[in-house]
Amino acid sequence: MYAFAYHRPGTVRQAQSALHKHEDSKLLAGGQTLIPTMKQRLASPSALIDLGHVAGLAGIEKKGRNIVIGAMTRHADVASSAVVQEHLPALADLAAHIGDPAVRHRGTIGGSLANNDPSADYPAAALALGATIITNKRKIAADDYFQGMFTTALEEGEIITKVSFPMPSKAAYAKFPNPASRYAMVGVFVAKKGSDVRVAVTGASNDGVFRAAPLEAALHTKFNAKSLEGVSVDHTSFISDIHGSADYRGNLVTVMAKRAVLKAQGK
Amino acid sequence: MSATGIGAPVRRKEDFRFITGKGQYTDDINRPGQTYAAFLRSPHAHATIKKIDLSAARASEGVLAILTGDDLAADKVGGLICGWMIHSKDGSPMKAGAHPALAQGKVRYVGDHIAVVVAETLAQARDAVEKIHVDYEVLAPVVALDQATKSGAPVIHDVAPNNQVYDWHLGDKAAADGAFAKAHHVTKIDLVNNRLIPNAMEPRAAIGDYDSGNDAFTLYTTSQNPHVARLVLSAFIGIAPEHKLRVIAPDVGGGFGSKIFIYAEETVCVWAAKKVGRPVKWTGDRTEAFLADAHGRDHVTHAEMALDEKGKILGLRVKTKANLGAYLSTFSSCVPTYLYAPLLSGQYNIPAIYVEVEGIYTNTAPVDAYRGAGRPEATFVIERIVEIAARELGQDPAEFRRKNFVTSFPHQTPVIMAYDTGDYGASLDKALELADYKNFQKRKKESAKNGLLRGIGFSAYIEACGIAPSAAVGSLGAGVGLWESAEVRVNPVGTVEVLTGSHSHGQGHETTFAQLVSDRLGISIDQVAIVHGDTDKVQFGMGTYGSRSGAVGMSAISKALDKVVAKAKKVAAYALEASEGDIEFKDGRFSVAGTDKSLAFGEVALQAYIAHKFSGQELEPGLKEGAFYDPTNFTFPSGVHICELEIDPDTGVTTIERWTAVDDFGNIINPMIVEGQVHGGIAQGVGQALYEGAHYDANGQLVTASYMDYCMPRADDLPSFVIDTTLTPCPSNPLGIKGCGEAGAIAAPPAVINAITDALGHEDIAMPASPQAVWRAAQKSVHKLAAE
Repeated sequence: MYAFAYHRPGTVRQAQSALHKHEDSKLLAGGQTLIPTMKQRLASPSALIDLGHVAGLAGIEKKGRNIVIGAMTRHADVASSAVVQEHLPALADLAAHIGDPAVRHRGTIGGSLANNDPSADYPAAALALGATIITNKRKIAADDYFQGMFTTALEEGEIITKVSFPMPSKAAYAKFPNPASRYAMVGVFVAKKGSDVRVAVTGASNDGVFRAAPLEAALHTKFNAKSLEGVSVDHTSFISDIHGSADYRGNLVTVMAKRAVLKAQGK
Repeated sequence: MSATGIGAPVRRKEDFRFITGKGQYTDDINRPGQTYAAFLRSPHAHATIKKIDLSAARASEGVLAILTGDDLAADKVGGLICGWMIHSKDGSPMKAGAHPALAQGKVRYVGDHIAVVVAETLAQARDAVEKIHVDYEVLAPVVALDQATKSGAPVIHDVAPNNQVYDWHLGDKAAADGAFAKAHHVTKIDLVNNRLIPNAMEPRAAIGDYDSGNDAFTLYTTSQNPHVARLVLSAFIGIAPEHKLRVIAPDVGGGFGSKIFIYAEETVCVWAAKKVGRPVKWTGDRTEAFLADAHGRDHVTHAEMALDEKGKILGLRVKTKANLGAYLSTFSSCVPTYLYAPLLSGQYNIPAIYVEVEGIYTNTAPVDAYRGAGRPEATFVIERIVEIAARELGQDPAEFRRKNFVTSFPHQTPVIMAYDTGDYGASLDKALELADYKNFQKRKKESAKNGLLRGIGFSAYIEACGIAPSAAVGSLGAGVGLWESAEVRVNPVGTVEVLTGSHSHGQGHETTFAQLVSDRLGISIDQVAIVHGDTDKVQFGMGTYGSRSGAVGMSAISKALDKVVAKAKKVAAYALEASEGDIEFKDGRFSVAGTDKSLAFGEVALQAYIAHKFSGQELEPGLKEGAFYDPTNFTFPSGVHICELEIDPDTGVTTIERWTAVDDFGNIINPMIVEGQVHGGIAQGVGQALYEGAHYDANGQLVTASYMDYCMPRADDLPSFVIDTTLTPCPSNPLGIKGCGEAGAIAAPPAVINAITDALGHEDIAMPASPQAVWRAAQKSVHKLAAE
């Protein structure tokens, strides 16, 4: 690790101004990606702005037909939240299977969405559920937020404060973990709200999380695992590595989508 | 059986220390005035070093010294050695290229050592490493084994112009060819034994310390055999004479073979300590462990088996290319030769065997012994080809094996080994029963209903352990003798210290060795301390590897204990005023036969030290005896493992449903520890079969250089094992022990792959059988099954 300065703001406004003041500084949320990267000397921010002591950034509440989760809420708290378990069990289930217990007790939803790792789980949920990413400056629809691997709509100095998830009628997440890292090699989140079906895929594509239009169309006709028989997504821009080539990941998208639908139906 | 004697499932004495964080590993040790070392490692697989510019690094804060291969040469520090000579078919000696601890003119793999920075802090040392500028001329690398010896391939060492270290053979070619000439059926296979990275929990570490007052060195290091390290550092590398070099291997967190070898880092630390005038500490990080610990396995093999019309094996021919990496590590040369080919007869009566092995240099990390060392590779060949032969002949794989088992002992194979004892049929019977083999087809149908493919696979393995005797290994090219030493020191109040040349790095010697003492002397294990891992305390020893500590190390202790008891009887005779012939020793008491006169062991010990009752002219005071033990043969543990698994054809995920292991380890000292060894061994073997595989890209970059890409087996990958034993005591050591440390890792890979290929309808698959690989094979096999 290289030397860096450390700042601990108490408010979002102070965090924003610290970020502005220190060139090449980075926000520290849960640090589950950033800290290991710094330890390997692969990142060398001049300063870390720790959001851990900013008041009001953590917490979960039900607001009308939405579940609103503070950006600094830890994965373990989402997983064990009675509110999430009752109204959005698919999200509690997803959070319960991120990384390992240490990661789940440090990592945050805001950090995960801001980083937008192509193998992260939360982006799939946010995109499939049509979440709204709320920042210190504005509200961003998930469809506009994810802009490719490690790329988001966030602007310079913009800090995620909350994420609002509309409650679906049925939803589930099915993940195929990378055998070595256990990150999602393919993760499919399926959400049905009224007649609208959204299917978001993480882990598979070089372009990061995406909506699988052919699967959505098939499930729109009938929300049933059988509807996905023979339906596939275009895998030309998929990731190919020693763990899985693009065509294998393409196969997994359909298989995991089927399993997510069965899970959403309680089967 | 006493509460803490031989056969008692005693909890490990050392575990309290380990699980409460009180262990003393090398990195836990800090010496006054200590400095920190960081290595500059090659980013290229193959390059000449044109120039090294140290000026910016030298000016970096906190830097005390920067040393390179030129400094090693100036100080006449010798290179690292390979201690086992192999001769090629034509009688020529193996071609060992120079192996300097810091590169001299050329780097040969990614991670190769170029320079060391010694600084006040680790961060300062690392900062300075980044400021060293090396001008490389990058050369084309040799990565693929099948390309390495082709004409025109880049040359890694000038002494080996075609990158071939040796072209070795074993067995009778004419006899084997004769067997094939009269064969009714020939089974052929091509196999790859995948390269593995050891991944001990504790990375390697070293502290070099130099005492200028006495001109003496101390090296703290993560070693499985500190005396061998001292011998090599002293006699070959030339750091200091043996009496001026103390090597301490304190608590060591796992080795699996990778800590047998004498590496560049400890050599540099101990040498640099004198140059800097302060202790020098290096603790490897996980990336360094991936790059520069000696790797394991990495064979490409073609094998053929000749069979008669009834399915009796007539002969075996094996041709193997073994990847030895960029340099010959300490024992690398013997692993694919003498630790491999002599095991190719397996548990079978095979009249003729001929084996050819090419050792080959590539621009990859050195390859050396890793849990099982040669024997897993041999077992994979024989147990895969036997399985396929049975399938080709339409015979039940269990019964095909039984038909070909060796049944009378001793049995001389055509490839050196003389099996002393065993009962292979007994372990097969027990394993079939425990695995409920007769109902397998029922379970297979149930799985099919759920869309899953179920398979069963066998592995009937044999291994040669307790590597010894000295005369035998010497005749095969070993540069050392392979015996063990022990000293039993009885204190005046009857507590006992045992000094052993074995080294414990997870095996539980502090418990099992104490159980032997408890059993013999009739005292509790709490009254026994096992001392190991320090060349100033233990005179000499050969260390721990090859499942040798029980069979060889404990036999040395047993021999020393015999001497202690013999002398104590003499002391007791004086103390009890009886003749020595009337003294009986039982359950910790010396008594005069036919009387009620007796003394406890501790009382006799005290008599030995106060020496009031006898004249020193007749009997020396004190109670301390030593022994060196050199066995008469290898030991031959064997057993049958059965793996039953399910494959999800949609994803390729393999789930092991049942694992049955029936092993014959000879006599067992502590069944709980033996079970632990079996569990760990199976986990490692399943790791090789399903998850682990080192992968270099075409440029020689290690793709699997972290846990993000190198897949280790985890607890939730494994079922609850069904484990049992059979017993034929080993006749070649006094305790009847065969050894158990490597069995699981040897037995498991073919059991898994045989089960997968059974599930897939015989479609072959390479290790590791990752979900992707199994999915691809399942696609083919599902189409094939559908067409039938």
